[in-house]
Amino acid sequence: MRPNLFYGLPVDLFYGLPIVLMTFVCLAAIVVSALLRNNSKVVFVFSCVGLVAVIGAACLLFPNGTAFQGMISVGVYSSFFDILFCSAALLVMIAGRSYLQRMEFEFDEFYLLILLATSGMMLMAHANHLLITFIGIEVMSVSFYVLAAYMRTKTLSVEAGLKYFLLGAFATGFLLYGMALVYGATGGAMEFGAIRSAVGREPSSLLLMAGTGLIIVGLCFKVAAFPFHSWAPDVYQGAPTVVTAFMSTAGKAAALSAFYTLMNALIPDGSPEATKIYMLLAVISAASMLFGNIVAATQTNVKRMLAYSSVAQAGYMMMGLVAGTKAGMTGMMMYLASYMFTQIGALVVASIIETKYGENLEFSDYAGLSKSQPALAGLMALFMFSMVGIPPLAMFFGKYYLFTAAIDAGFTWLAVVAAVATVISAYFYLGLIVTMYFKQQNEGQAVLQTEPGLSGITLVLSASGVIMLGLLPALLVKLTTLGL
Amino acid sequence: MDTLILLVPLLPLVGFALLGLFGKQLAYLDNGEGMIGSLASATVGASFLIALYVFVQMASGAVAPQTVSLFTWIHAGSFSIDLAYKVDQLSVLFTLIITGVGFLIHVYSIGYMHGDQSFFRFFTYLNLFIFMMLNLVLADNYVVTFLGWEGVGLSSYLLIGFWYDRKFDGVSIIWTGDAAKKAFIFNRIGDFGMLLAMFTIYAMFGTLRYDEVNTLALASNASGFFPNGSAYSVGIITAVALLLFLGCTGKSAQIPLFVWLPDAMAGPTPVSALIHAATMVTSGIFLIARTAPIFALSQTAMTTVAVIGVATALLAATMGLVQNDIKKVLAYSTVSQLGFMFAALGVGAYTAAVFHVMTHAFFKACLFLGSGSVIHGMHEEQDIQKMGGLKQYMPVTYRTFLIASIAISGIVPFAGFFSKDEILWNVFEHGSPVLWGLLVVAAFCTAFYMFRLVHLTFSGQERFDTHHTHPHESPKTMTVPLMILAFLSVVGGLVGIPHALGHPLHVGNWIEHWLEPVFSAANNQLGRVSGGEIHSIEYVLILVSLVVAIAGIFLATSLYKSASVRPAELAESFSGVYNLLWRKYFIDEFYYGVVFNMLSKFSTSVLWKTVENKVVDGAVNGIADGVGGVSGAIRTVQTGIVQNYAFVMVLGIIAIMTWLLLG
Repeated sequence: MRPNLFYGLPVDLFYGLPIVLMTFVCLAAIVVSALLRNNSKVVFVFSCVGLVAVIGAACLLFPNGTAFQGMISVGVYSSFFDILFCSAALLVMIAGRSYLQRMEFEFDEFYLLILLATSGMMLMAHANHLLITFIGIEVMSVSFYVLAAYMRTKTLSVEAGLKYFLLGAFATGFLLYGMALVYGATGGAMEFGAIRSAVGREPSSLLLMAGTGLIIVGLCFKVAAFPFHSWAPDVYQGAPTVVTAFMSTAGKAAALSAFYTLMNALIPDGSPEATKIYMLLAVISAASMLFGNIVAATQTNVKRMLAYSSVAQAGYMMMGLVAGTKAGMTGMMMYLASYMFTQIGALVVASIIETKYGENLEFSDYAGLSKSQPALAGLMALFMFSMVGIPPLAMFFGKYYLFTAAIDAGFTWLAVVAAVATVISAYFYLGLIVTMYFKQQNEGQAVLQTEPGLSGITLVLSASGVIMLGLLPALLVKLTTLGL
Repeated sequence: MDTLILLVPLLPLVGFALLGLFGKQLAYLDNGEGMIGSLASATVGASFLIALYVFVQMASGAVAPQTVSLFTWIHAGSFSIDLAYKVDQLSVLFTLIITGVGFLIHVYSIGYMHGDQSFFRFFTYLNLFIFMMLNLVLADNYVVTFLGWEGVGLSSYLLIGFWYDRKFDGVSIIWTGDAAKKAFIFNRIGDFGMLLAMFTIYAMFGTLRYDEVNTLALASNASGFFPNGSAYSVGIITAVALLLFLGCTGKSAQIPLFVWLPDAMAGPTPVSALIHAATMVTSGIFLIARTAPIFALSQTAMTTVAVIGVATALLAATMGLVQNDIKKVLAYSTVSQLGFMFAALGVGAYTAAVFHVMTHAFFKACLFLGSGSVIHGMHEEQDIQKMGGLKQYMPVTYRTFLIASIAISGIVPFAGFFSKDEILWNVFEHGSPVLWGLLVVAAFCTAFYMFRLVHLTFSGQERFDTHHTHPHESPKTMTVPLMILAFLSVVGGLVGIPHALGHPLHVGNWIEHWLEPVFSAANNQLGRVSGGEIHSIEYVLILVSLVVAIAGIFLATSLYKSASVRPAELAESFSGVYNLLWRKYFIDEFYYGVVFNMLSKFSTSVLWKTVENKVVDGAVNGIADGVGGVSGAIRTVQTGIVQNYAFVMVLGIIAIMTWLLLG
């Protein structure tokens, strides 16, 4: 047994340090914001410092264990996600400040909501109990609803928030219903360990299958996998660009972190039911990849293209779930990290080019960018190359690990589908590069004036992330497998 | 030690990166050329000093040969390759040659390339070349060697085509860029062989480290089984050796892939000296020396190497007799001398081959740089028919050129004498008298064409328009390296005095002793004892080759020294033979007319017009149209109406629940 006190503090506080600290940062930020009215700079700096502190706490890499009476689990897995979420939040906040200032729409709430959403995500990754998972999902989702509608004077933004809320509420219903069924089927188990042993005892219960199916539905909605993706293009396009960057990366990662732990608990080893569920996940994954990339191929709006392609990306990430192995998990984590840097980078470039009135988001607006904005065009090209999976950039190794994990788990066909989908995706990712580098600027188009401001920091960090993960993938892989 | 040896390749790499990134900015500064040239030379010079230190440490016994592993380079499943350097007697010797001669040529280039519009680009490529070449020879495994192997091919390509806007005359070659491509493509053919050899080695032995492969190869010969379990067969060893040798014929310009080297003279002269004489073209010798035990296991492979070497030596030497371009004479001479080295490898005389690499680096670099000095002084004139009498204008160039010519002809006690006689003696003793005889003929030709070149260039009357052309001696940055190399051409041979001469004087053969540990395994396999006894016939052979060399020099001098003889008249009196040699036995025409044309026709009509245009493009366009159509259709589903979205979700839920509960 571990001691109850650690340096005089309840040991739960030590094990739950990242979460506790994050919650504290959220609440304190709210207080700071209330005390200093209209002083966004302080809130911004405070939030950033808070996030860095949480990253530091997560870096302590706690031994595997549970805290708060088994409600949350602690370990390398959750620490990895803590760092991932907080990094994404940090990158988005830094870029968001200059973006919102340019839009003349900077309010403290932006930072507060990002912090709140991050704390929800961390709960999802730490959850060791159905209730915690649910609370985490809701904290994150509700923050997202508001963030999507953040530009409250813009129709598209408000529409995005409303749509997201309606469909999200719909999906949450299924998720909660699924949890209830699992609760019933397992005889009242809510803690993952208990669920797992109950499932192992009596795997073939129809009630359990129904519950599992509904949980899958709810989580597929959160990761925006086919056929529960339909909200994603509208919301991602309508939401402020930096918010899209946050939702499509950290949001997806959070949903997948919960997805993995839930599936780990709910899928009985080696039974016919397990085969069925894995096949279902594989089909969803394959359909997402194909659907997302095929539809993205005909988009003319950069944000919408990235939105559809993020449906496909959800498919790739789910390959790790399908494999159901440690290698699959490592591949998924690797992929999430590389996708985070790439997608945030790409969307922040788009956010810099975007005008105050939401213009300059079409492909044709990017024509000749290599001449007018060589640095931005170069970065965008870097991110697009990473998206396609050109070595030695980050997402090449993400794909590499996922593909090998799927093949090792016997899902060779899924890897083939993924490869085909990747080829399709090359068309529009590279298409953007072609537009930037080989097309002439439209006549009469005004010369693009940009002030990257703080966004430049995000871009540099994202680009370094893309390159570093590509050059030293082994480091991250080692990190994800540490202590497992 | 670890970090020291790491610095040797790292410094030129840093130089390459700095010049590549900032060279253009530097070039705009006052004295930009000086800074660029000094930076590039300094990195190589520092590498040389470090290599020298390591060498001294090793020679004194303070440091043992070892492998320095930097990091795991490639890791996939059970396959793992380290980026590792093998520091032993062989690699240290090559490193010294590369960085030492390389440094001199860097310095020389500062003067030679003065005023060139792409001055910085030249030194960038040159530093890249040194880095790659060092990887090639320092490699601990085939893969790192291959990295360098491809890297030097790339730098060679870039440097041959350095003056890409200049014309160059050759069979179906118009621009220097064509010559660069030719070199690259011929090298690729050889590289393909090397790749296949690496695949076979990995399949058979499960490793690509030199030490392990060499040991395992010898062990499997003894045990009768390859490490992968299959029965030992000398056929596989022969295949590996011949595939490796195919790679060597590409890089080291041997039959059948030698034709690119004469055209590589399109590059600036320092490039010819560094890459196409002293270092890169000796990669093949290095590779066979490194893999000596594999070759020792296959008599067929050994014989092939020896015969090809002798044939190349003779063929290229005869071609060199009639060339009128100062650099092309030297190019054929290089091909021929490389043939000598392969002949030595083919009879198991590894030390002699490496020894000749070293001496050849000295005198051939000196000759090339001397020719560069002539070309520089004559304002880009390369035709020796339009020269003559230059010794009064360029005394230093003349003297150094003459010394190097004596050295390559093999006159005692100049460097070439010792290494060439070592080769001739070994070919006679371990090969056959016939091969020896052919090499002696080649040696005769060597002496002849070298002194033909010396006299046509430097002696007799001026055959150029003295009113318009004013030859001048080159600047110090060019002449000092010439003098150093000429000095080395005189004394460089003393490190390998043969027993026959050294024993009575109590002088040992240092280089044989130095390289002995590297080749002991192969020598055991071949049943050779180092040191050996002295045969009286060795003295006879030495005498014969000396007489032959002197005869060649004498004949060339009597024919060409007097001002009256014109090469053209001489050519007419031997028109049949002359034409055959002038057209280089029609080998280029054969390659171009038969091989290239057939390939080109096949590629055009079948691969391009049918396979590419109809099959590939048809499929690609068809799929693209299909994807576009599907995508357009799906787009209409995305209506933007929330009820529709919810409806799609419900359909999905129904499908999932049906599959899970009823399926």
